[in-house]
Amino acid sequence: MSDEVNIEVNGVPMKARKGQMVIQVTDANEVYVPRFCYHEKLPIAANCRMCLVEVEKAPKPLPACATPVAEGMKVFTKSPKAIAAQRAVMEFLLINHPLDCPICDQGGECELQDLAMGFGRDISRYSERKRVVKDKNLGPLVSTDMTRCIHCTRCVRFTQDVQGFQELGTVGRGEMTEIGTFIEKSVDHELSANIIDLCPVGALNNKPYRYRARAWEMTQHPLISPHDAVGTNIYAHVLRGRVMRIVPRANEDVNETWIADRDRFSYQGMYSDDRLLKPSIRENGVLQETDWETALQKVAEKLGRIAKQHGGAQIGAIASPNSTLEELHLLARLARGLGSANLDHRLRRSDFRDEASDPLFPSLGVAIKDLETANSVLVVGSNLRKEVPLLAHRIRKAALKGGKVSFINAQRYDYLFPVAGYLASNGIGSLEHLLAVAAAAVTASGKSAPASIAARVAQAQPNDTHKAIAQQLSEGERRLILLGAIAQRDPAFADLRLVANALAEVTGATLGYLPEGGNAVGAHLVGFLPGRTVGGQTVASPGLNIADMFAAKLKAYILFGAIEPKLDVAAENAAAALDGAEFVVALSPYSTAAQFADVVLPIGTFAETAGTYVNLEGRWQSVPGAAAPVGESRPGWKVLRVLGNLLDLPGFEYTAADQITADIRKALDEAGAFTAKAVTRTLQAEAATGASVVRDVPIYQVDAMVRRSAALQNTREGRETRAQEGVRA
Amino acid sequence: MTSYNPPSGHEPAPGGRQTGHDGGKSAPGPGEPDSGTVGHGAPHGASSVLSEHARHEIDHWLTKFPPDRKRSAVIAALRAVQHDIGGYLTKEAMDAVAEYIGLPPIQVYEVATFYSMFETKPVGRHSISVCTNISCMLCGGEEMLSHVEKRLGIKVGESTPDGRFFLKREEECLAACNNAPMMMVDHVYYENLTPEKIDEILDRHK
Repeated sequence: MSDEVNIEVNGVPMKARKGQMVIQVTDANEVYVPRFCYHEKLPIAANCRMCLVEVEKAPKPLPACATPVAEGMKVFTKSPKAIAAQRAVMEFLLINHPLDCPICDQGGECELQDLAMGFGRDISRYSERKRVVKDKNLGPLVSTDMTRCIHCTRCVRFTQDVQGFQELGTVGRGEMTEIGTFIEKSVDHELSANIIDLCPVGALNNKPYRYRARAWEMTQHPLISPHDAVGTNIYAHVLRGRVMRIVPRANEDVNETWIADRDRFSYQGMYSDDRLLKPSIRENGVLQETDWETALQKVAEKLGRIAKQHGGAQIGAIASPNSTLEELHLLARLARGLGSANLDHRLRRSDFRDEASDPLFPSLGVAIKDLETANSVLVVGSNLRKEVPLLAHRIRKAALKGGKVSFINAQRYDYLFPVAGYLASNGIGSLEHLLAVAAAAVTASGKSAPASIAARVAQAQPNDTHKAIAQQLSEGERRLILLGAIAQRDPAFADLRLVANALAEVTGATLGYLPEGGNAVGAHLVGFLPGRTVGGQTVASPGLNIADMFAAKLKAYILFGAIEPKLDVAAENAAAALDGAEFVVALSPYSTAAQFADVVLPIGTFAETAGTYVNLEGRWQSVPGAAAPVGESRPGWKVLRVLGNLLDLPGFEYTAADQITADIRKALDEAGAFTAKAVTRTLQAEAATGASVVRDVPIYQVDAMVRRSAALQNTREGRETRAQEGVRA
Repeated sequence: MTSYNPPSGHEPAPGGRQTGHDGGKSAPGPGEPDSGTVGHGAPHGASSVLSEHARHEIDHWLTKFPPDRKRSAVIAALRAVQHDIGGYLTKEAMDAVAEYIGLPPIQVYEVATFYSMFETKPVGRHSISVCTNISCMLCGGEEMLSHVEKRLGIKVGESTPDGRFFLKREEECLAACNNAPMMMVDHVYYENLTPEKIDEILDRHK
């Protein structure tokens, strides 16, 4: 292979690819070369000089991060010449770096501190005054101590190349160089707080975490972020049972090394003032705190009686799509045990016409990492960057590599990459735009239009943009049509999907979904749906979907998870139905449940319970609980287990969450292969519906926990949302 | 609001700027309604801050670089704008340049703060640098400098109270040693200086 290069590092022969830098080869072969500015996910800057190594025949040491490999190259990373160069660089870096490690949050996990141990002198030869730099206010997420900055420019390169809009820069020159925004300005991008992890020193740190704990006091627990369906891998750092901060857990297939700000700071919502600490029961119209046993007895007795007197069909169970797989499975089993098939987790959905032809679960259609190499993506009804920030990042990479990314949305959103086509409302709805694209695709393909949309396609008048998008969707190897959350909330979602399906059929593109909630996929798998059970098996007599459940004014409702009906549920009559019900039990972490529930059972948030999340690729990720539940709250699955036992229902004899997971896997295996029902609806010819209403949910309003994160609410985005909508703080 | 125009492969139209009105196919560019995402404060409207002349000058420089390297025109653009608006760059002027060329504002701030020929704090409208580097020093550069200081009644680094002159500290040799002593007024070289010649030059700058 001409592409392969043989080099020798410290006398050990290594194989490399042409064009690789020395440091990439040494990293791959576990030879450590010290560095500050080099980061595998960022463009190379070569400005810290810490990675200087000796290369045979080179007159001076060379930076390993910016020296491409060459055939026969002999590199020495620990020769006297290399070590001398590295020590000299370290001495220069330390000239101006303050000796404030004891009060620095980075202390103990600081790359500069670590390398100073290896390469620093124990005494400074400089007696001159150190440089002092004024701190910058970058907003509520990132704290600054700019005197500590060593100008590696990792943060600058992150804002420029990963965010796509440079917010930070190197201002001034020489000794006066500072990293900052020049004008007083916060960093506002939805991934901005990743600069905390990138900063190799204590210059940029986690603002809410400031002075809360030392790195070595905490224990590290793996978790999955539940706020979107990406399944972002995170670590919780826990001190005495309390989550102190969230940091990324690298997973190249899911989130790489990044996490969204929403994943990082939502944990503040765990410790909001309105966390429920004890169970409570409504007596004579007033909620009174009680003990678990009384509360659970009451729930079992009430639900049992309503099931017996009015039939299970009078009970509706609604769960947050952020719940764990185990919780959803047990709640489904509980409701079905009581004779109810009224199960739903699709809180913001309003169109259920075509649910019989749903796929097994709303899947992205490709692996997340393959999004990067997509040739063409058409996103329908999604504020992509705010809905799924990390997928937006992958799609951005695809666009920068020349992939064609187009949007059909009711509203314009900014994307920091080249957009091939953007069809905003312009007086006609997303459905009409999608139909026009489908019509263009049908014409271009020379096939006849699928019967489901034939009537409408004939009416459509595609313009050049429609034609261009149809063209893009027919070219290249990897082509995707994605239906986002805004599309799924659309009152004509079934129609949108019908057309998207037909378009996929005509062009050969894959139809994918961006489901709402961290475990919407899991909820589909365990059959937390009115018409299906585990593995998508159909129910003989389907129950009511969420809209019908509230319209039917049932006798009893079970609300599971942090659901706040006014903010989380699309059905406008939800509050009235809950008010009018004979009995409502809410299992929730937050006291807002007291507004509508007769019994309130405090359950743990995602960090306080063991559980499994299935992401939009169908990837199962199980994690143990990380933090001690607040107050007397208990993990949801344990509460459901006891309730099941009190109701004498079979199948609740679990003592560990992984037993439930194993049972779910077994049930899925037994269910066998799923075959989707063919679409039978046809779209009727009708007048244009006009511009669609924007059904966007702001990024920091998606769920109750995020709404309670003070840091996120104080970001520019959070403040603007509140100013616009007058939502409670 | 963001004024980042992704490289689109279009040649900038001579005398005009790209506004992204290509049938709604590209991301919203400058002039679109603010949708409240990343960005930099309120839009200023490049056209209201930049004069006809400055815009013409920037357009000229933009044609010298490939469309995806528009960033290269920043130095020339800032220089033109600084001369145009009275000797120093305001935040509004830098933002206008950023918007006009289609760059994040911070990239313009970086350039403006790095190069010594740009002023980002208020100074007099005519910038004077008297060379006192070795060749000029040997030929009387320091006397020339004291003459300027005496005549204007200010020291190096200061501006005259009427805002007419700014006596800038010369950073390094300006490479006109063959005709030392020399000075630079508004980036124009004046060589073989004598006190009389200096008076005459300064009188010309109103």
